[in-house]
Amino acid sequence: MEKLRRSMMFIPGNNPGMLQNAGIYGADTIILDCEDAVAITEKDSARNLVFQAISEMNYGTEVAVRINHISTPFGWDDLKRILPAKPDLIRLPMAQGPDEIRQIDEFISAAEQKNKFPAGSIKMMAAVETPKGLRLAYEIASASPRMVALAIGAEDFIANLKTTRSKLGRELLAARGQLVLAAREAGIQCIDTVFSDINDEEGFKNEIELIKEMGFDGKSVVNPRQVSVVHDIFAPTAKEIDHAQRVLAAYQEALEKKSGVISLNGKMIDLPIVARAERTLAYAKATAGKGGK
Amino acid sequence: MSKLLKAAQAGTVESSDILIRLIPGDAGTGIKVELVSPTMQQYGAHIRNLITKTLVSHGIDDIQVNATDRGALDCTIKARVITALQRAGE
Repeated sequence: MEKLRRSMMFIPGNNPGMLQNAGIYGADTIILDCEDAVAITEKDSARNLVFQAISEMNYGTEVAVRINHISTPFGWDDLKRILPAKPDLIRLPMAQGPDEIRQIDEFISAAEQKNKFPAGSIKMMAAVETPKGLRLAYEIASASPRMVALAIGAEDFIANLKTTRSKLGRELLAARGQLVLAAREAGIQCIDTVFSDINDEEGFKNEIELIKEMGFDGKSVVNPRQVSVVHDIFAPTAKEIDHAQRVLAAYQEALEKKSGVISLNGKMIDLPIVARAERTLAYAKATAGKGGK
Repeated sequence: MSKLLKAAQAGTVESSDILIRLIPGDAGTGIKVELVSPTMQQYGAHIRNLITKTLVSHGIDDIQVNATDRGALDCTIKARVITALQRAGE
């Protein structure tokens, strides 16, 4: 089973109080943010604080750092300062194409070598936030073997589309669909955007259900309260687990009997259904005890 | 870095943070740390030592430090001292 990334929680990189508690909420990944959550005048402060936090705190979960884009005056300095602390994952915002992914990949390779970290141990993900980034999503996703996920950043994307964000999310339907396809073609994960109205729990749940149906692996979150809600919805239900177990039992029985046709309760079972059942059980096993049902 | 060019500060007085102000000192005056902290009795000496150690490790000998602690962890204290040093050396 691949690494779970149901919830990726943003933590402002220049806030010591939030940084010190970031690991206790059960998020699958915490993203220490040097980008939007940090004022322009405090970028230096944030990267020093994030470096020290990763070096000294034991978070007990995957630690990502969202750097500033490398076209800003801050992106390369973020990488230079933070890579020696060995974050698990670097998240690039505003991904525009495969070249920048390759440039960062090379920079990380040099840092790994210099600091004697195993080659390839620092992973990457990229957030698509523009129509151009979306058009090149597959190229971005497959530009480096370090890439583990694509994400969508909705606020900038919607501003670029010249529309507004709605409760039903129709304005994001095409982009979300394309992003999942690109990520799946590249064989990596796909993470949805944040839901910023933390008091609208119903809207939040509806959005998680939608993105789960669409094939997303998880969601970026901005508040600890959102973590368990995401995990609950992503967890397979008891009914789904029971069905998966019965599918696999029927498949096993058919194999033993050397029967060509497999059926369960009168419905034919073919290999994709078996594969889905296996994934459901592996997912249930991987998520057991990690929040959710 | 062995000499500060100008006074500088980093950090805030928010909970769990520390505000560090650095003022260049004359040669031979040493490192002087003025600390205000709600945990002075338990951790005052530790915080002063950590600030001094961080400065020494960056080659600083003569400096006046005014620190206002709000319950910062070691990693925060180090980060704020280093940021103030970088800003002072610009």
